[in-house]
Amino acid sequence: MHRGDYRTIYLQHSYILIVVTGQQWLLQQFSSAGVADIDIDINRFLSFCVKESIDLSKFPADRIRNFCIIAHIDHGKSTLADRLLEMTGAIAKTEKNKQVLDKLQVERERGITVKAQTASLFYSHEGEQYLLNLIDTPGHVDFSYEVSRSISACQGVLLIVDANQGVQAQTVANFYLAFEAQLAIIPVINKISAKLGTNVEKVLQAVVDRIPAPAASIDDPFKALVFDSNFDHYRGVVANIALFGGQVRKGDRIVSAHLGKTYEVNELGLLRPDEHPTQKLFAGQVGYIIAGMKDVKEAQIGDTLYLQEQPVESLPGFKPAKAMVFAGMYPMDQSEYPGLRSAIERLTLNDSSVTVQRDSSLALGAGWRLGFLGLLHMEVFNQRLEQEYNASVIVTAPTVPYKAILSSTRLIKEHGSEEITIVNPAQFPDKSVVSEYLEPMVFGTILAPDAYTGKIMTLCLNRRAIQKNMVYIDDQRVMMKYLFPLNEIVVDFYDLLKSMSSGYASFDYENAGYQAADLIKMDILLNGRPVEELTTIVHRDRAYSSGKAMCERLKDSIPRQMFEIAVQAAIGSKVIARETIKAYRKNVLAKCYGGDITRKMKLLKKQVEGKKKMRLIGNVQVPKDAFIDVLKRKD
Amino acid sequence: MISRTLHALTRALSPGLRRLSHVSSGGPIEDGSDSAHLTGHASLYVHWPYCLRRCSYCNFNKYISRENNDVMMTECLRRETDALLQLSQVSCVTSVFFGGGTPSLAHPLTIAAVLETVAGRVSLSDEAEVTLEVNPTPEGKSRLEEFCVAGVNRFSIGVQSLQDEDLKILGRDHSSHQALQTIEEARRLRPGRVSVDVMFGRPEQSVESWESELSELLKVCDDHVSLYQLTLERGTQLFRRVQGGEASVPAEDVTAEMYQRARTTLHQHGFLQYEVSNFARHNAVSHHNMSYWRGRQYIGVGPGAHGRFVPLGEGGVDREARTQTLEPDVWIREVQQRGHGTRRRIRLGHLELLEEVLVMGMRMTEGINHKHWQMFSPQLGLREVFGTSAEVREFLQSGRLVLDDRGLRCSWDGLAVLDSMLPALLVELERETSRKLQSDEQRERSDPR
Repeated sequence: MHRGDYRTIYLQHSYILIVVTGQQWLLQQFSSAGVADIDIDINRFLSFCVKESIDLSKFPADRIRNFCIIAHIDHGKSTLADRLLEMTGAIAKTEKNKQVLDKLQVERERGITVKAQTASLFYSHEGEQYLLNLIDTPGHVDFSYEVSRSISACQGVLLIVDANQGVQAQTVANFYLAFEAQLAIIPVINKISAKLGTNVEKVLQAVVDRIPAPAASIDDPFKALVFDSNFDHYRGVVANIALFGGQVRKGDRIVSAHLGKTYEVNELGLLRPDEHPTQKLFAGQVGYIIAGMKDVKEAQIGDTLYLQEQPVESLPGFKPAKAMVFAGMYPMDQSEYPGLRSAIERLTLNDSSVTVQRDSSLALGAGWRLGFLGLLHMEVFNQRLEQEYNASVIVTAPTVPYKAILSSTRLIKEHGSEEITIVNPAQFPDKSVVSEYLEPMVFGTILAPDAYTGKIMTLCLNRRAIQKNMVYIDDQRVMMKYLFPLNEIVVDFYDLLKSMSSGYASFDYENAGYQAADLIKMDILLNGRPVEELTTIVHRDRAYSSGKAMCERLKDSIPRQMFEIAVQAAIGSKVIARETIKAYRKNVLAKCYGGDITRKMKLLKKQVEGKKKMRLIGNVQVPKDAFIDVLKRKD
Repeated sequence: MISRTLHALTRALSPGLRRLSHVSSGGPIEDGSDSAHLTGHASLYVHWPYCLRRCSYCNFNKYISRENNDVMMTECLRRETDALLQLSQVSCVTSVFFGGGTPSLAHPLTIAAVLETVAGRVSLSDEAEVTLEVNPTPEGKSRLEEFCVAGVNRFSIGVQSLQDEDLKILGRDHSSHQALQTIEEARRLRPGRVSVDVMFGRPEQSVESWESELSELLKVCDDHVSLYQLTLERGTQLFRRVQGGEASVPAEDVTAEMYQRARTTLHQHGFLQYEVSNFARHNAVSHHNMSYWRGRQYIGVGPGAHGRFVPLGEGGVDREARTQTLEPDVWIREVQQRGHGTRRRIRLGHLELLEEVLVMGMRMTEGINHKHWQMFSPQLGLREVFGTSAEVREFLQSGRLVLDDRGLRCSWDGLAVLDSMLPALLVELERETSRKLQSDEQRERSDPR
């Protein structure tokens, strides 16, 4: 049984393992690891929790624990968070509590956590009351930036492992994030049986016992880290802060170290997980603050806040997240430009890892080129724009940041440097002015049962990957390390890996710099007319196959029209692939009398709605999804 | 017992039975420029929901009746006709169409009773077209004469195919021989007023077999032909068989070819296409169907029937889309309880009405003339709506659409791809009407009187 081996791994690292759900033999195994049963009067702290006002001065730093939950995607962290909230009375215990901390529609629909959420829990342990601040973090590789931000506000983490799936690639990645931050790590095995909440109590005990209290003194001057922020339409910026010293109250005048601007605190309090106003916040605590920040750029994540008369040394802050996937975003109609602009501004406040650059295109008009951490990140951003801001956008084919070493002295002068970064394929410089092209590389880790090794190696080979390492981590499972060109994994690698391994393989990656590559620009033509928005950069060896694949994709996604459409891929003036979309000859519904009108009108209305989602390129109607679908490969 | 009741009914009706012996073919079909007629006139559709069997391709509202309930149905159709005529307050019914289902299964006296009810409440000219859909079975054929006596003056015969194999696949209950006999009998009774329905795109059908079948049909048919492409509807037996690979239907390009060849062949035989699927010679068009395409009011009676009229009787001012209750048993109960079985009423706004006028009107080869459009849209002419759009201009330039002094219409080629043009036309209509509305509001604001 490989499951036993993971426990051994953890025990070797001398971390405590808590069993969430109860199989007796597991309990026996680990009682020796120091987990003691403690009686708690649950009713007492529940009644305490519902008290209207909370006196936070009762919670000095040594009664506070700040922790987050990290895990591989879908290993049940949001479910554990739900149970913890229920047990401490932060939410009522009902059947309906599913992903309480996942507030976004996109999170509930996709069953993932996108945005880290904070909840303060009151917990009574050995006769003492504790304030436990829980931060639920996203699991997907694209969102690791949120994970590292959350970790900065914590002293410990719960590292969840699904009992059935064991350690996965992101378990390893998240472990190292926490390990490098020198946080206490409490491994939790989840889903041994149904989601009953058995032994969740012991998780809370371990949080108190094993995670150190924040090292923050109330006697120091006020000093807080902005570790997250949200934009509220009516109240402006709501900043999530962790207090590293002192206290803050309503009416205090505080300063943003980043901008040097002064604000008055209008409201502050705890997140439980809804906002719960209090009079003050004290050293070691985590909560929210509203201080009249109206501009989305005023609440920089990683910024330090202090009292006007008591300046402090700034906290280290964060490395800005590096965008690895770029795509154009354009309004469906240019009249929607201002609305989309403000929606993007607001959404990027809640997600500072997105980079924004203005851009424009012949067919799509004025828009932006946005940078994302990964493709899921981009899809989620797009979905949030549509759902939360009712903005309909066209997303162009995503690309990675290529580099070129210029050889033309004129161009070097123009750009101010020899090396340039290209985030828009349309601006890819010609070979004649370039001495070398470079592409971004990543170091990928794949964990999978050994039955899939052959298939995975073939997939990686097709993606121009170079194997660096391969080890059995137990008697069935293999960990493979590959050096990938980033553009080969950006669009559909993860989905393919998942489907070819029946969901068993997991994947994570980190940046591995740039490498020289033989890159060329490939144009896509519709009826002989190049479509700038579909231009891509490809490796010369892959040009023919990706050109063919793109033409096939376009043929599938562009509906038949009243005239024939030639879809071509071209390198320079040379056409390397072609597909033809035949013209409609007849599509008139044969029968339409009095009883058919209602149905006919309904059908036409649907077509009209579909038509509004089309983009006219030349005289060809192109569905807006085509711009992104075109890059997905079948392999 | 039932037949005795019907005899009693006959006696009660016979003095008032309309005599329609002198029917002229192609009666006066007014252009309808008189907008007063918009609410004062209506056509009447009567739905007979029963069939003897289920055709393999049909997902229509029809029921295989277990028992004979002619008397009850007759009474309910009469009551609902009466109630809806009263509600609409029309003064004149311009045409009547008995569809189904299989309305030729209804007793001729049922038909007579409904017509009697109409004539008793509003003006129903002797010239008015009264069509009955007929299944070409021996039973159907034998009753044609009685239907004529009841007041029917036009027959629409569901021939569908002249291939016995295909009729079996389609699940029809007649043979090609019976179909030919029925056509002959109908032509004898109502010369120049018989239509035949044929279907193409049938399983395993080829362009050549379709052409020869059509020429066979042209030898025997009267002055009106309706062509329908077989559409695979979800939930039908044929749909399942095609899905399961047991049967296959011709590809899109093949059915397109069948349609074009049929149009040409019919044209060569003197049949003028006047709508997407309808062809007539000697001006034997279906006046009833024309009134749908011209956006006229119609009243739908019977289970699942649709209607479009202004309920003036209860103070309504806007046209409503009305649907009667679908299931015959429930419909009967509702009619007995409250006089009609209207299940759904949706008020049509100005734009929605124009959308229907556009979608229906463009199906006719004559299209929509300026005067006709103006009747529905006095503020915004066809040129104003469609004259500026780039996409519409492309349709015009490519010769698929015509916008001239007569009005807006499809060209011969354009008609076959009408459904590809309609979304663009609808987008334009919506844009221009809302623009007009805005500019009117602005003018009102700047000129507060």
